[in-house]
Amino acid sequence: MSSADVAVKSRGMRPTNLADPNYFHKVVDCQWACPAHTPVPEYIRLVAQGRYAQAYMLNWESNVFPGILGRTCDRPCEPACRRVRLEDKPVAICRLKRVAADYRGDISGLLPKIPKKKNGRRIALLGAGPASLTVARDLMPLGYKCVLFEKDARGGGLMRTNIPSFRLPERVLNEEVQMILDMGVEARFGHEVTSLREVLDEEFDAVFVGTGAPRGKDLNIPGREEAARNIHIGIDWLTSVAFEHTKKIGRRVVVIGGGNTAMDCCRSALRLGGKDVRVTVRSPRGDMKASDWEIEDAEREGIPIFDNHQPTEFIVENGKLKGVRFARMQAEYDSQGRRKLTPTGDEAVFECDDVLMAIGQDNAFTWIERDIGVEFGEWGMPAVDKITMMSTRPGVFFGGDAGWGPENIIWAVAHGHQAAISIDLHCSGQSLKSARPGPGTSLVSQKMGLHEWSYGNQYSEDARVAVPHADKRKSLKSLKVEVELGYDVKLALEEAERCLNCDVQTVFVRDLCIECDACVDICPVDCINFTPNGVEEDLRRRLRVPAENLSQDLYISEDLKTGRIMAKDEDLCLHCGLCAERCPTGAWDMQKFTYVERQANPAGQLHCMAYIK
Amino acid sequence: MTFMKKPNVRHPGLRKNELGLTRRDYEGLLSTLCAGCGHDSISAAIIEACFEMDLPAHRLAKLSGIGCSSKTPTYFLNQSHGFNSVHGRMPSIATGANLANRDLIYLGVSGDGDTASIGLGQFCHAMRRRVNMIYIVENNGTYGLTKGQFSATSDRVSKSKKGEANLFEAIDLCTLAIHLGAGFVARGFSGDKEGLVPLIKAAFHYKGFAFLDIVSPCVTFNDHAASTKSYDYVRAHNEAMDRLDLVPEREEIIAQAEEGKTVTVRMHDGSLMRLHKLDDTYDPRDSESALTTLRKRYSKGQVVTGLLYIDDEDADLHTLLNTTAQPLNAVPMSDLCPGNAQLAKINKSLR
Repeated sequence: MSSADVAVKSRGMRPTNLADPNYFHKVVDCQWACPAHTPVPEYIRLVAQGRYAQAYMLNWESNVFPGILGRTCDRPCEPACRRVRLEDKPVAICRLKRVAADYRGDISGLLPKIPKKKNGRRIALLGAGPASLTVARDLMPLGYKCVLFEKDARGGGLMRTNIPSFRLPERVLNEEVQMILDMGVEARFGHEVTSLREVLDEEFDAVFVGTGAPRGKDLNIPGREEAARNIHIGIDWLTSVAFEHTKKIGRRVVVIGGGNTAMDCCRSALRLGGKDVRVTVRSPRGDMKASDWEIEDAEREGIPIFDNHQPTEFIVENGKLKGVRFARMQAEYDSQGRRKLTPTGDEAVFECDDVLMAIGQDNAFTWIERDIGVEFGEWGMPAVDKITMMSTRPGVFFGGDAGWGPENIIWAVAHGHQAAISIDLHCSGQSLKSARPGPGTSLVSQKMGLHEWSYGNQYSEDARVAVPHADKRKSLKSLKVEVELGYDVKLALEEAERCLNCDVQTVFVRDLCIECDACVDICPVDCINFTPNGVEEDLRRRLRVPAENLSQDLYISEDLKTGRIMAKDEDLCLHCGLCAERCPTGAWDMQKFTYVERQANPAGQLHCMAYIK
Repeated sequence: MTFMKKPNVRHPGLRKNELGLTRRDYEGLLSTLCAGCGHDSISAAIIEACFEMDLPAHRLAKLSGIGCSSKTPTYFLNQSHGFNSVHGRMPSIATGANLANRDLIYLGVSGDGDTASIGLGQFCHAMRRRVNMIYIVENNGTYGLTKGQFSATSDRVSKSKKGEANLFEAIDLCTLAIHLGAGFVARGFSGDKEGLVPLIKAAFHYKGFAFLDIVSPCVTFNDHAASTKSYDYVRAHNEAMDRLDLVPEREEIIAQAEEGKTVTVRMHDGSLMRLHKLDDTYDPRDSESALTTLRKRYSKGQVVTGLLYIDDEDADLHTLLNTTAQPLNAVPMSDLCPGNAQLAKINKSLR
């Protein structure tokens, strides 16, 4: 331990370094949790102000597919929302994004201009899913020529093939995919790449692999082969439904699996003629992989979920599927919380006409030759750099599910942005790491007058607003009827008011503080303290309400006149600004923190950058 | 002041007391005082003390007169009884209320104008009579509501915000209180909640007239460099005489007190008060010693805080008058008013 460390240990915590862009970024829980770091509170304010086009563009620049994601995102932002810790239900961040898309109007004039004169670089993008499309969107405005290879007849990847149109209408998908293709991307649809070497032979300046995780897992239990005609791999079946090759299914359907694909399968089956559709999962219900809201949606449509059911046999009679036999399971957890599933000895048989299997996806890289410099590691996955997205062969990049295994759209977008930065640096001969641009940040006071702030600081006590649904009798009849109707303007405003504006930060100036305690007394959630310094563990215990959420930082000031420090637990701060309103000397101020993740193409970030002054 | 209501939402981890209430349940309405007013800190200290004492709010009556300080009972203990009286007349109301219902706890909140000027006479007599109450003066040495004139507790060396000299001597309320028979006299500072909350709690446990003079900077008119009641001045000249520990009746004292340094006082309700003396030249049970210390320190420009004087033996008004243990407002009318025949008999005996 150095002498400086000893000094810190005896005196306590160091003052918070506000120059570190991550400090305030972390306070904006939703933005921090979003893989693409979308400025959530900013767009929610724009929605509240009725500036839908701006809200849309802010999203589009950051996550590329606001209309699609506003309906289908896995929303890592919502479990992170501060409201969850305060009162359980997060702000409906995802559905407010959809509002921006629904009401945006014509935004064609706001899109980046594509230079007529190209920079002479050609980039191959393999797979027309969200990752590749993001790379194209970031590189096209810089003058790159992008060539997109896609085995299907249309773009969108899993967004088209795996997400049923009652959740994501084709019109919305087409619009946002087309916006990128219209930049002048050379799309080779219906062109399946069977050899990476062949692509490389075309002498592209860089190749991006965004081919997803296209292979659905199979289940090799007795009867699988005999009943093959009525057993379908979930994602393949959904693709076939999307392209209208499959138009009906048997009356009784058993879906095997507990993830989001299983939920899409069962709901699609219901619309294609299934009358008795049931979902079976081998694990307990609480361990299901599907998002809570997707499970809710399936159950609302009357689909029962049987948990602790492990399939053991496809029962075949006269060469035809008759049903599925299950072993009933029970879960036991050891002291480390590891789960062990053991059969109870009971069995169940569900008779059925068709089975849909949605038990996971794998990557498939049989088309990548193993002697071209692209190395593979564990699980047959390519060795890819986590920051640059580059494989072991310079100039070949991976992203989305192809790079990191099955995740979701928003992760694919985040990877796409990073890959585009790398490709741009690679093509101009710069270092992918040391020349990588850092985030842009700014911190601006929101004080407008004596008691006026530029944001709505009233705390809304309203419960989360439910999204209206289409009439079930109507929506269950067709794959094309969108179930969720989305918020109207009034509901959107109500929900937007629930946002706490966590990006409007409480900024403390030590030299102005007279230690009058006004802020301590007025804080509704008791997060401000004036106390002797100490080591973090001790300090956290001593606060007005002990700071037990270790994932949330303490904001520590320099020493005050009385020798104490100001220590604020960021965990539950409402960002209501009452501390700043009550402060007689202006030692507290509410300042908007803007954090923008840089992209390959700063010109494409006009709207994001407009908020950084 | 702020115009925005403090939201009802609370920290889910907020501690609860024996009644199952949180600190927030002891709050009042939105304060209309200036932002940073010391009085708001005192309200917060009262809230904290009542919360920690598991006080049922309906057992307490808040009484006040006129002034910034006297507005504050609205800002704490929303569920308690309250009476906002005429300027300087709160002591009479408190005396009357106390005589009528001895079962309630009476908390008077006043200011330096309400107590040391217009209400000085009333204040003196409430002390003489040893009314069982807590009497808090939120002392900022200025008339804030009328734009910052000197008050009667403004020190002679203090200047106004615009630099005018103070021509008159200050009334030291603690000295006055010890002279006139208050059995519990303490001084606190609104900017030192850690010292203030135990003083307020001790005052609640005391049976008799408990007087608390709390220096409370006026951020608008009296928090400047030439003031002796500013945050900076009080912090620089604060001489804490002691630190208090209050041991409730139900808890045993484990640690042994260090002789000479600690004074243990058993309060009327059975709880024990531990006084850790920071200055061992005086004894808080000796009024002469307390008065000497106050005078000496004052002449050096020091602000003496802590429990300055305690008389744990003297009786309160009800004991002195030998009134019935049953509150008078609960005595049936037939007992309270013996009737005409009795009256005639008494009158006859006096002729």
